[in-house]
Amino acid sequence: MIAYNFNWAVIWRNWDAFLGALALGLGLAVVSLVIGTIIGLFLAYARLSPSPWISRPAWAYVEFIRNTPLLLLIFFVYFGLPEIGIYNLDKIQSFILTLSGYAAAYMCEVFRAGLASMPRAYGEAAKAIGLRPWQRQRHVVLPVMFRITLPAVSNNLISLFKDTSLAAAIAVPELTFTARQINANTYRVIECWLTASALYLVTAYAIAIALRQVEKRYAVVR
Amino acid sequence: MALLSARDIHKKYDDTEVLKGIDLDIEQSEVVALIGASGSGKTTFLRCINLLEEYHQGRIELEGESIGYTASGRRRKLGERQISAQRAKIGMVFQSFNLFPHMTAEANVMLGLTKVRGMSNAEAADRARHWLDRVGLADRRRHYPYQLSGGQQQRVAIARAVAMEPRLMLFDEVTSALDPELVAEVLAVMQDLARSGMTMVVVSHEMLFVRDVATRVVFMDGGLVAQSGTPDEVLHNPQTERLRSFLGRFHGIFGPV
Amino acid sequence: MDPDCSTFFCQAWTARWSLLEGLMVTISSSIMTIVIGTVLGFVVGLILTYGMLPLRLLARLYVDVMRGIPVLVLILFTYYGLAILKIGVKPYWAGVIALSLFCVSHVAENVRGAVQSIPQGQHEAGMAIGMRFFQRLRWIILPQAVRRALPPWVNTALEIVKGTTLLSVIGVVELLLASQQAIARNYMILQFYMAATIVYIIINFSIAQAAAALERRYAYLRY
Repeated sequence: MIAYNFNWAVIWRNWDAFLGALALGLGLAVVSLVIGTIIGLFLAYARLSPSPWISRPAWAYVEFIRNTPLLLLIFFVYFGLPEIGIYNLDKIQSFILTLSGYAAAYMCEVFRAGLASMPRAYGEAAKAIGLRPWQRQRHVVLPVMFRITLPAVSNNLISLFKDTSLAAAIAVPELTFTARQINANTYRVIECWLTASALYLVTAYAIAIALRQVEKRYAVVR
Repeated sequence: MALLSARDIHKKYDDTEVLKGIDLDIEQSEVVALIGASGSGKTTFLRCINLLEEYHQGRIELEGESIGYTASGRRRKLGERQISAQRAKIGMVFQSFNLFPHMTAEANVMLGLTKVRGMSNAEAADRARHWLDRVGLADRRRHYPYQLSGGQQQRVAIARAVAMEPRLMLFDEVTSALDPELVAEVLAVMQDLARSGMTMVVVSHEMLFVRDVATRVVFMDGGLVAQSGTPDEVLHNPQTERLRSFLGRFHGIFGPV
Repeated sequence: MDPDCSTFFCQAWTARWSLLEGLMVTISSSIMTIVIGTVLGFVVGLILTYGMLPLRLLARLYVDVMRGIPVLVLILFTYYGLAILKIGVKPYWAGVIALSLFCVSHVAENVRGAVQSIPQGQHEAGMAIGMRFFQRLRWIILPQAVRRALPPWVNTALEIVKGTTLLSVIGVVELLLASQQAIARNYMILQFYMAATIVYIIINFSIAQAAAALERRYAYLRY
């Protein structure tokens, strides 16, 4: 057996740093999800457009994002934007931009499936009571679609939260970056990474449980 | 000695008792039709015979051999090897066909022959061909289940079961999932089997088939055998109000059976 | 930078061997992970479905834990952890081990889902002709489940290919890090990242196409 003496004092001393970093990661995930949802919704409508001039670019964007490693996208945006004359994004903004664009592609697929699975009768009923197209989307289709897709959205939020760990690669001080720094300063390797892992795990499942409650509350009875 | 004898079979799901002490003896070459309303326990009883359902009390014997549970001493389930060997002696056909979708009709029939009976491929293929021919599907041997109609699938399922040369065949509402025009071809195969002397237990709502083919009809009600006798006795001379009203549902369709 | 070699293609040609080596590392670590992850994941998936209770709970715990931790954290944990425990492995292997841990949990879930999606009637039909559990598994359940597990398995494989970029964080010179090393010499940021992106997309599309061809071949399995 390899001897390893645990020393958790290091963790307690840095507990606030861990929690702060965790909060930052969570914040990045939520902000990206919100932006990604809005863009993703437009992309989903674009993909369902009858005009290939609209649907094809949306398709290309989604496939491009989904087949490119996230880390590469992060570097691409972070190091690439200044190349095309955009200098004023700091690393957090740059990361949010990337993760939002990334989330948008995945949300687009979620919404596309959601819109496709919408019972046609809803739209027709809305038409029958005289709602105009925009009103039909706003008051009938979208509310139902959001409810149908809620489980997939929560899964995406959890994925995004885990993906915020990649922000460490451009030195955004979220949980992974912080754990790595404390690891480097203290050499308490196992404690550090166990703590980081546990925090990710607990938070991921806390999100899952919380959103399960929301899902129950808004479940569509079909 | 009866081929199959069931004594005092009790089965519970949680707190509801669905079989409340079934006694039934089946002789060689008998065709016994189990009839009754849904929930009367007839399908559950059929599945108990083949150990697809466990039961909590009672004993079933096939040719004197205790099926599924130890014959004496503390009541214990037999080992998987023994139970499988016993199941191989009892053929079963399901309402939903349950053909293996990744295999051709022929391969469906051959699987048990090669893996359970230990036959060579050639031998098994011969027998599969024989039985597929017998159920009228000689030209469908190489078809996959999705390429066959419901009636054809069910005939393959019958061939698959009969090819194992079981001592007893169980049929669980085998025509219920079929389109009406496909029912006859399946019943014809079953009638053919009955004529050849196969012992059969048939759960069915096809009253004309029951009348014409069954040698005995057993009316089940509330988890018990309520009346048992020749088709004539049971169908034309119901002893209880429940049976009368059950049979009454079929009169409108077929005229008095 | 050499003034005679100012185009992207000239620079890419100069760096061709290190880029190619990076590509090979990407491919080999992907294959290694997918093979290990698939074999072990298959076993864990079966335990998850049919295992005895304590074993099943253990497998469930493993899968749920692995799915709740970011892959990057797994990689860093494995890399630093193995080092501190004085288990000397190259970063490449630490990375493959970590990615495999992740891959196993995903494959296991896929296998469980696929096996459980096979209707109970298939088991019963096998029982009725006297087949024992492992015979039913071998001849009836798994042949169908494997084909159902194919689409999610492909997704997992694509995740792994993309996930190998994370090995760059522990210094494995795979395609991404090789590109970055080229960029460090010539500052052609957009060009080299774009090129790397295209390579990843080609790899992933090839896998997806191969899988789609397989699926078409087994299309008859849909009920």
